[in-house]
Amino acid sequence: MYTQSTLIALYTIVRKEISRFTRIWVQTILPPAISMTLYFVIFGSLIGPRIGMMNGFSYIDYIAPGIIMMSIINNSYANVVSSFFGAKFQHHIEEMLVAPIPNSIILIGFITGGIVRGFMVGAVVTLVALFFTELNIHNLGITIAVVFMTSVVFSLAGLINAIFAKKFDDISIIPTFVLTPLIYLGGVFYSIDMLPEFWQTVSSFNPILYMVNAFRYGMLGESDINITTAFLILTLFTCVLFTVSLHLLNKGVGIKH
Amino acid sequence: MSALEINNLNKVYPNKLTALKNVDLKVSQGDFFALLGPNGAGKSTTIGIICGLVNKTSGSIKVFGHDIDSENEAAKACIGIVPQEINFSQFETPLDIVVNQGGYYGIKRSIALQRAKKYLDKLGLTEKCHEPSRQLSGGMKRRLMIARALIHEPKMLILDEPTAGVDVELRRSMWDFLVEINQQGVTIVLTTHYLEEAEMLCKNIAIIDQGKIIENTSMKILLSNLNKETFIIDLISPIESLPELNGFDAKLIDPLTMEVEIEREKSINDLFKLFSTYNINVCSMRNKSNRLEELFLDLLDSNSKED
Repeated sequence: MYTQSTLIALYTIVRKEISRFTRIWVQTILPPAISMTLYFVIFGSLIGPRIGMMNGFSYIDYIAPGIIMMSIINNSYANVVSSFFGAKFQHHIEEMLVAPIPNSIILIGFITGGIVRGFMVGAVVTLVALFFTELNIHNLGITIAVVFMTSVVFSLAGLINAIFAKKFDDISIIPTFVLTPLIYLGGVFYSIDMLPEFWQTVSSFNPILYMVNAFRYGMLGESDINITTAFLILTLFTCVLFTVSLHLLNKGVGIKH
Repeated sequence: MSALEINNLNKVYPNKLTALKNVDLKVSQGDFFALLGPNGAGKSTTIGIICGLVNKTSGSIKVFGHDIDSENEAAKACIGIVPQEINFSQFETPLDIVVNQGGYYGIKRSIALQRAKKYLDKLGLTEKCHEPSRQLSGGMKRRLMIARALIHEPKMLILDEPTAGVDVELRRSMWDFLVEINQQGVTIVLTTHYLEEAEMLCKNIAIIDQGKIIENTSMKILLSNLNKETFIIDLISPIESLPELNGFDAKLIDPLTMEVEIEREKSINDLFKLFSTYNINVCSMRNKSNRLEELFLDLLDSNSKED
């Protein structure tokens, strides 16, 4: 059970994290709004009508949840990886390490920053999407739960990346060479039913496929995969990544000598 | 109960460098304690382990009776740390940095805000408290780190070379401030390269070299071990050669400057009597180096010979 002091510490970390990314909103909130607008213009308005219907939905309606989820994944990851690595690089992570804060609180503080940015960017991109199409929400509870759990998973992944990163290049390798291909191949722009059976099997190993489809189910009531499986995978990833992150912080990997 | 008790502390870095070898140290409550040593001696490693920034290899540390392993948070709550390197966000304002640090120690924001303003004011940073900290001068950044370390009103303040690169005037004002908070009951542990600073401020001292404590005593006892002092004597009129100064080891640096070693049991009066005999008129006299510096160098020299 956490004491009042630790809750004040948590509030301080969260407050600092949110003020960090809102202070630099031109770098954190605006770019996803612009790039996602381009996605909606090009894939939704220009190419979409030529593609026609996808699983009973217009193409722009079909890709909108995927595009929103893509921005949530990228931003929750980017927030924690850059914030934690920046704190390591400038040594001000030491401000927290010398204070009587349990490592779990430091971890929850950084993750909360990632979740808030994920939700905020998701909301901005949703607003952008409303300029191009009407969005109906099939199940609000599932939609919010998927956004929350996905933000947690990618915030944790960003933190682990930052813990091991030694230079700025190291925090862009995973997003560029791992995250982006997984997102693009995770059913953002297409249904995996369109793929040959072999590639459908390969895609089933991509965890982002489950997140995108669960979110699409929350919004459209349509999914390529089973929703229960998606939640089980999200829960599993959350538990494993949280345990690994906490273990690394307790050991002082990358932050203590 | 000691403010700080270190027993058999060892640190071997992953690259196999042995930074600390069986370090034992005790600092009493209310003490103004100096931890001295040359670069790479293990001072910062010791401080890093006490504060939770460095993992120890073995040994135990208690801070006001709280073991840093079993009562980590209680031990940390007693310590305020002013590190050697600047370690705050360059994009935040001094006020935010200090208030946030208060939050990390569980202090309510309204209280932290009041205290932050008080300490920033005491350290002459009020005018700069809303500017990005990267715009502060080097001395201001050091003072900011002191304000930050005091926000939770710790029982023990650890300062790792706080006056490095700080001008003389500012250094002296920082000394006054540290003396003031020590008089209020805060235990202070100081590492410094300015031995004059340690001699002037500290009651007790430990000297660490190559990861080992080679001296741990009171400043008075340590200084009483000084066998001789070297003085520089400036003359009013030039002399061409050094006269016979029986019992004193002297050399002429230039026609107007003489260097004389005076052993502890000898009187300076005897030297001046000899000067009168030879009609040598002294203009001024000063220590060649700080007394502690002479002892410090002697101790390091004998430690390296032992190894």
